[in-house]
Parts: sequence; structure tokens; C-alpha cells
Amino acid sequence: MRQYLSGTKAAAEAAKLAEVNVVAAYPITPQTSIVEYLASFVANGELQAQMIPVESEHSAMSATYGASLAGARTFTASSSQGLCLMHEVLFMASGLRLPIVMAVANRSLASPVSIFADHQDSLAQRDTGWLQFYVENCQEVLDTILLAFRVAEDQRVLLPVMVCFDGFYVSHISEPVDVPTSEQVKSFLPAFRANYPTLDLTSPKMFNVMAFPDSFEEFQRDKHESMRKATKVIKEAMDHFAQIFGRNYGMIETYRTEDAELVLVGLGSMMGTVKASIDILRSEGLKVGMAKIKAFRPFPFAELAEVLQNAKAVGVLDRDISFGSTGIVYQEVLASLKHLEHEPLVLDLIAGLGGRDITVDTVVKSARLLQEASEAGYGKDRVIWVDANQDLLDIWKVGAAHVG
Amino acid sequence: MDLPEEEFVAHGRGGCPGCAAVIGARMATKISGKKTIMINSTGCMCVNYGYNGAPLFPYVHSLFENAGSVISGIDAALKALGRREDVNLIVYAGDGGTVDIGFQALSGAVDRGHRFLYICYDNEGYMNTGVQRSGATPYGASTTTTPVGAKAKGEPRPLGRKKDMVRVMAAHGIPYTATASIAYPLDYMRKVQTALQVDGPSYIHLLSPCSPGWGIEPKDTVTVARLAVQTNFAPLYEITGGAAFKVNIKPQKPKPVREYLATQKRFRHLLAKENESELELIQQAVDARFKYLLSCENS
Repeated sequence: MRQYLSGTKAAAEAAKLAEVNVVAAYPITPQTSIVEYLASFVANGELQAQMIPVESEHSAMSATYGASLAGARTFTASSSQGLCLMHEVLFMASGLRLPIVMAVANRSLASPVSIFADHQDSLAQRDTGWLQFYVENCQEVLDTILLAFRVAEDQRVLLPVMVCFDGFYVSHISEPVDVPTSEQVKSFLPAFRANYPTLDLTSPKMFNVMAFPDSFEEFQRDKHESMRKATKVIKEAMDHFAQIFGRNYGMIETYRTEDAELVLVGLGSMMGTVKASIDILRSEGLKVGMAKIKAFRPFPFAELAEVLQNAKAVGVLDRDISFGSTGIVYQEVLASLKHLEHEPLVLDLIAGLGGRDITVDTVVKSARLLQEASEAGYGKDRVIWVDANQDLLDIWKVGAAHVG
Repeated sequence: MDLPEEEFVAHGRGGCPGCAAVIGARMATKISGKKTIMINSTGCMCVNYGYNGAPLFPYVHSLFENAGSVISGIDAALKALGRREDVNLIVYAGDGGTVDIGFQALSGAVDRGHRFLYICYDNEGYMNTGVQRSGATPYGASTTTTPVGAKAKGEPRPLGRKKDMVRVMAAHGIPYTATASIAYPLDYMRKVQTALQVDGPSYIHLLSPCSPGWGIEPKDTVTVARLAVQTNFAPLYEITGGAAFKVNIKPQKPKPVREYLATQKRFRHLLAKENESELELIQQAVDARFKYLLSCENS
């Protein structure tokens, strides 16, 4: 049934369709309404679940892993500072191999304070052992949360998953969303039965005991290998999803890349704008294409390399920055291109931080910069602040000189 | 009191000789039995269990500060799955994980009314990391982060006495809170039994002497714990319904606090002649506090 849903409502509907047993969450803008919708589903009896309105995000993730360890299907949601507060517990959830699913409404990190979108918060959790999916619109939010449960709970994976979507751009806009029936969902995602060791009185086990130097590394390698194997599981799940729901997803989504000389790569909602911009640029004769990375962990090295192998130049739109280095997505893209025979020129295009709109103009400017670099054949490893405002930078320089 | 012969804390565990925390866990699980799920915050006990002395029930070493929220999740999950009945949920955590870093999660969990028993084994410092000061270290105690020196006399504790967790927990309005001692095993185990029967959160604060941390002989753990009660330094009392006080042990003639302090190296400097006034202040504080507890009982 088609309904007008916001991103947060779509996330809550997905958790409801997945018939989660326990939700523990703490409010933070722009995630809050996910929890509110779920609380109302529980209050109305639409969802038979235990709702734990915890006193912090650290506790949200802690209660979620406690519930998952006890054998429940669990869901939570967070954003920004809250996600950072969960940081150490994220390692715990993945180390215990718990199939928790979390919706992340992407938002910048202080200081200075910003409640608006960029990818700094979830990319800062890149190395916690969670799978990460980045999605573009409300339909994809709902679909990907269902996919996430299916992949997380697969015995070959057993790792937690974040489904990340841009705060306000996706969380707070409403779009027509095809909401599947409970029966359809059940045929894709069967009723939950924990297939991992739980807190079972008849089979008592200890969890999170110490590992000494003679075994710790092997636990880490096992986690890494499970994450790599997840690629196959994700593809299988996506194929099955397409059969039932008629919507196709891949590790990456491409647009007009077949003959593209220039390819723009990125995550999340901005990729819709990139598609629209590509149509404009194509009409002007520029051979541009797009690769949207949907699965960021595990990273689709092979899939991306295949798409980019014939490109002359690649522009990575990074809605994040690893201070003192480069954008984070850029590093990953460079790594996937390392083994190509003809490594294309790659530019790192930082844009859209703290909720600055990535407009058609931003994308067109990015593509022009890429074309220019490609023709001139100049430098790889360049960080370009595409939409930074020079006037503001100058004002601050003047101010700093004054104070100094 | 009928106690099972069965031991639920298996032998081979890695605690120090004379560790009161292990004695406390052993006594508590004599009451809670096999139908127990236990959470340990990071601390001595998770190391004790985590080497090779497994308890005979499901057990989780949480993180340092989140035992209260982990057990909230377990409580909710068991309810959601229809398996909550007849399971004893227990957090067994040290004073650092309780009065300091884990305080928020504990406060949140009891505020939400989850049904579980939280036992804090209070050895009055961060003993697992080598005797650093915690929010439960008493006035004057020497620790590695509050050492005695030319300008310092151990833990300064400007507000006089250590954080009063039992009354803080009672102030949440939870059904049952109590202090306990390993030197009074029947009193302690009765309290565990009472706590496991209440419908809601319960809290027991167990004084847990630490031989390396306090500077006592391993064989003296129980004697020192008993002296703490006999001197009124660590009185035994319980609070039901967040309000009704009962003082369990009322020494006819309390021994002087000096006698308790003299058993432990961490207080040795207080016995020096120049610190007589300090000792007098501590005695006065102990007396005033016990008088206050008695007045709570009668009000």
C-alpha cells in the first residue's frame, strides 16, 4: 500500500514490520520521531514489543545488546552526539556478534553545534565492526531496514547493521512509500529466533570474558572475515528482496556510467541531486556518470573498481572530512582503484557539511572541476572544498589577525 | 535458613586470597541459585570469573558503566519473549562501577522500575587497577591517587563522608535497599532473599574488605568486616518502600573506631599522635551518623 511517509516514519514502519521485540532509544534531533512513532505503535497495541526509554544513548545501545543477548530482535535509532556516546558499546555489540539494527539520521558533530546533515557521525563509527548502509530516500529507508535484519541475522554474518540516512533531507521529508504487507515481509524475514548463544538457563554460558594475546587476534580476524562474507549474503538478500517486493538494490547503484569519462561517487540523499545534474551535464555533451555507494561496510571494492575501470577521472563527493587527511569516502575509493591497470585521476570534493545544501550548482561545479583536472592531468590526492565560502574564510582571517 | 550444599561460584576462580567479593558472590548465589543471570561491571569480579572460574549460570561481563542498562535490556527481552518468570537478574558490581562511572545507568534502570537486584561489593576503591580512590573511599584512607605526604593525609573528602549510596538508592523510591556485610552472612543472605522477592528494583550495598587494597592479612577479611559493624563504621540497616528504616545490628557498646582503623595499613597514618584530632572527628562523624540512622528508624 502506498503511503506518504517521512524517513523517520518509514524507519519506524520497517521496525514494526520486522516485529521487533525490544526497542531502547534516547531522543536526539533529527532521529527523535522514529522513537516516538515506535512508542505510539507499542502504546496502541500495533506492535507487541517492550519499549525502554533509556536515560542516554550509551544506555540505549547497552540495553539493546542486553536484550539481543537474551534472544530478542532489537532495534534502536540515533544520530550525531548520541551516536558518538554509543561508540564504545558499538564495539561490544559487534564483538558479541549481535544482530542489532540501528537507524541513523545523519547529522554533524560539534563543535560548533549543528543539528543538520553530514556523514561525519556515522563515518566516525566506520571501524566499530558494524555493517553500514547509506540510503537516498524514504522508500530505501524502509526497504533497507528489512534487508538489514535479514543480513544481520544470517548465521554467516551475525553482525549489527546501521542504516544511515541524511537528517532532515530524508528524515523529515515525506514521499510516497510502498509499504509492504506483513505477509510479504514474513516471507522475506521470518519470525525471529535467535540462532546464536543467548542467556539460556538450560545452557549457561559466559559472555565477554577476557581474551589473552594468544587468542584475541583470531576473534578480530573472524569478525573481519564475517564482514567480508556479508557481501555475498547482502547480494542474496537483495535478489530475494527484488523477487518479493519488485525493487532492486545493489552494493552500489550506478547512473549513466556505461560510457562515462567522469564519474561522481558519494553517499546518501545528495546522489538524487547528482542524477538530476548528470542529465543536465549530459545534455551539454559532458560524459558524466554516478556511482552511489549503498554498502559502505563491507566496502564494495570489486564492484566499484569494475564501474570505475574505464573512467578518466573520478570525483568523490565527501560530506565529511578526516581532519588533517582527506575525506573518508575518498580514502576508500582510492583503495578500491589501487589494483586497476589504469588508475584514474581522483579528486576529493568536500561539500555539504553541517547541512549546507548540495545543489545542482554544487554538482555541476564539481563535474567541471573534474573535467578541468582530467584535461590538465593535474594532481591526484587533492582535497577541494567545493562549496566553502571564501568571503567567510576571509572574514575569519581578518578577525583572527585582529585578535592575534 | 536452609542453604543448598551446591556451590554456584565454581572453584578455580582467580581472586586474591581472602577476597570478600568472592565470598559475597558465593553467599548471594546460594540464595539465587541456578535460575540466575548475572551481570558484572568491569572490576575485580569480572577478572575473578573471567579467567577460569565460571559461575554455573548465564553470565555477562558488561562494560564498566553500563550494567544497569544491560540488565534493563535483559529484563525487557525476557518479558517480551514470555520468559521473565522465575529468573533472578542480578548485577554484582564494585563501588567504582556503581557510585562513580555506572551511577547514571543504575539510576536510570531503577527509575524505570526494572526487576533486578543490584549488589554493590564495596571495597572502597579501584582495587582491580591497583588501589586508586573512588567515590566510596572513606575519609583519610591512603590510596595511590590520594597518597599520604607532607601536605596530604589521604583521601580528603571535603564533605566528610563517602557517597551514601543506600540512601541515594532509597531516594529513588525503590522497594528495597539495604547494607550488608560478609561477616553477618545470615543477615546478608536474608536480605538477598527479600530483595529477590520484591516486585521491582532492589539494591544491597555489601562492605567488601580487600586485603591488598586495605593492607590486611587475607585471613582477617571477615574479622575486619565484623569490626566495621561493631564500631558502627559500616552499620547494617535496610529501607523498605524507600522510607521505612530498620537498623539490623545495634551494638550494646560500640567499639571505638580507632580499633577498626588500626587493623588496616591504609589508615595507619591517622593513628600517629599528631592526627589525634582527625581521629576524634571521624569518631564524632560515625556516632552522629548512627544516631541519625536510629532516629530514621523511629520516625
